[in-house]
Amino acid sequence: MLHYVILNLYLCSAEYPDLRKHNNCMASHLTPAIYAKLCDKATPNGYTLDQAIQTGVDNPGHPFIKTVGMVAGDEESYEVFADLLNPVIKERHNGYDPCTMKHPTDLDSSKIHSGNFDPNYVLSSRVRTGRSIRGLSLPPACTRAERREVERVVVEALAGLKDDLAGRYFSLTQMTDEEQQQLIDDHFLFDKPVSPLLTCAGMARDWPDARGIWHNNDKTFLIWINEEDHTRVISMEKGGNMKRVFERFCKGLKEVERLIQERGWEFMWSEKLGYILTCPSNLGTGLRAGVHVKLPRLSKDPRLNTILNNLRLQKRGTGGVDTAAVGGVFDISNLDRLGLSEVQLVQTVVDGVNYLIECEKRLEKGQDIKVPPPLKYFK
Amino acid sequence: LAKYIKNEEYPDLSKHNNHMAKVLTKELYGKLRDKQTPNGFTLDDVIQTGVDNPGHPFIMTVGCVAGDEESYEVFKDLLDPIISDRHNGYKATDKHKTDLNFENLKGGDDLDPAYVLSSRVRTGRSIKGFTLPPHSSRGERRGIEKLSVEALTSLDGEFKGKYYPLKSMTDAEQEQLINDHFLFDKPVSPLLTCAGMARDWPDGRGIWHNDSKTFLVWVNEEDHLRVISMQQGGNMREVFRRFCVGLQKIEEIFKKHNHGFMWNEHLGYILTCPSNLGTGLRGGVHVKLPKLSTHPKFDEILTRLRLQKRGTGGVDTASVGGVFDISNADRLGSSEVAQVQLVVDGVKLMVEMEKKLEKGEAIDSMIPAQK
Repeated sequence: MLHYVILNLYLCSAEYPDLRKHNNCMASHLTPAIYAKLCDKATPNGYTLDQAIQTGVDNPGHPFIKTVGMVAGDEESYEVFADLLNPVIKERHNGYDPCTMKHPTDLDSSKIHSGNFDPNYVLSSRVRTGRSIRGLSLPPACTRAERREVERVVVEALAGLKDDLAGRYFSLTQMTDEEQQQLIDDHFLFDKPVSPLLTCAGMARDWPDARGIWHNNDKTFLIWINEEDHTRVISMEKGGNMKRVFERFCKGLKEVERLIQERGWEFMWSEKLGYILTCPSNLGTGLRAGVHVKLPRLSKDPRLNTILNNLRLQKRGTGGVDTAAVGGVFDISNLDRLGLSEVQLVQTVVDGVNYLIECEKRLEKGQDIKVPPPLKYFK
Repeated sequence: LAKYIKNEEYPDLSKHNNHMAKVLTKELYGKLRDKQTPNGFTLDDVIQTGVDNPGHPFIMTVGCVAGDEESYEVFKDLLDPIISDRHNGYKATDKHKTDLNFENLKGGDDLDPAYVLSSRVRTGRSIKGFTLPPHSSRGERRGIEKLSVEALTSLDGEFKGKYYPLKSMTDAEQEQLINDHFLFDKPVSPLLTCAGMARDWPDGRGIWHNDSKTFLVWVNEEDHLRVISMQQGGNMREVFRRFCVGLQKIEEIFKKHNHGFMWNEHLGYILTCPSNLGTGLRGGVHVKLPKLSTHPKFDEILTRLRLQKRGTGGVDTASVGGVFDISNADRLGSSEVAQVQLVVDGVKLMVEMEKKLEKGEAIDSMIPAQK
């Protein structure tokens, strides 16, 4: 038995990636021993460890953020490669341990209070998440037929939405030039991924086959199909009524879920990991709730980053994850995804943004501000 | 579930213009879809690059790759027609002639250096027993590198040289290789990245060259090995001699390790891209033809001589200052000697045409028949 283990280590060591110049979560946890244990395993769909880590091998690191460095090809990846994914999840999600903890799901938007911000400061409010269709492989591994099936299942369900949620689907392969221009003007159109983090994971294969955008007629509820996840679901509107944005978000999600269940499908979800998505960073709620908010004085205060950190918030420029703030306008959203429910995370954003606006108002009046104590993470 | 959605796998090729898209009907796809090579390379793997890259504005791309030697057998129903389209009607029953005896080349040592600035011959070689770059694992790639380095560092005389692994070269070495125009970089062309050839970069990749910088080998870029012989001036004969001698020395060493080059009598040397089968040889010169290149019959002359033009920056560039890269158009169905002979004879003729045009004379009587 021992000589088999040694032989396995030897053969696998020839394949073990050179991660000495790497700085991502996968590289931090993929020891030669774990690699040897997992390297000849595959999920029932045939997805392998080498496939899961390819993006992290090909992309040693990002200068500003520690990337995850691996993806799931299907729901079973999270089980079959648990020896690697669990420590990665633990590092990425503040010590959340899938072996011992349970993730709470709560989409009851009525629990949100004080979620209507001062529109003099908050320009827009948005909540996004992702959902995967159980039984079909995820974007890094799916075949064309599976991807088309995801599209079919979701588009059929969305056609059943009514009233303020009623809308239309625009397939990327068939949209007219006019439709394309309108979607660009609305800032709805997504393009073929160019980030090597995504392309090295195989998510851009067969583009633009079975990719598309659905949105309601009011343009406040939007779904991307087959981009980085089976679906990305976005609720948004101008102004500061985060509570209403979240209400629509929850209502829409529950409706879509009911409609796919009627046809025998369901979302990927587990007690341990919550909603299952392609990137381990989006497990749990997969939720990013945020606002575009004007904080010109606070933006110059050296205590801003500490305040944000203690409130469990992150800032981005209004162009998205890799942009800088312009004119003191920030994108402020929740840092966390897993271990806390949707309601808890949105309330955290609501409380945090209200606090930031209070700070800005105090600075306007020449008063001083206080750095709030750090929020406790796990209850 | 898996069964009932399987019929929906056929790619949408309605907006595509590459060789694969022209050949791969829904029926053919259905016939080959469940096959795989002994190494597990599938039809979807073969065609992924062609599905992801509908077309190139200037050239008709092949749109598929081989993942191993067996791909050319297992998927012959797709690859044979593509090979035929790409290589002038080459039939599934045709045999390819290999001739690396440089003494069979006539002339080639007297191209006018006032016009011919540099001469170069390149080819590729694949090592038997390993899968090809679209499919190879890190372990295989490292095995190829190890064997290659062993073979190359054992060379002596005019072939004595040094290997520079991409992942551990010093800044000074990198600077020098860039100045020599030897350094190759991680592929950015989606034709290559979509075929999986850039995986694990720069692991297992490197450059070897001889001390006099006239013989260069790339390891694990688009093929296992790319072998290049070059020098300033017009002595193509010497370039080809060095090319043939060097290749044969390297091949001997690989054979001793029971890892000879992939070759068969139908397809010649087996390489990743079907466009490089046969000789895999591109022999060419950088030549000044400012007048001839603006002559209305220039392209026709090239076609008749079985030559192609490129800018001096490579396949997708335009010419600068009337200087062109002129090389053989064919790869499969004629030998190395025959292809280099076409370059030598054709370039000699075109330089004479250029000289005539300089004197204000016509060149119509010199225009050759189709070779």
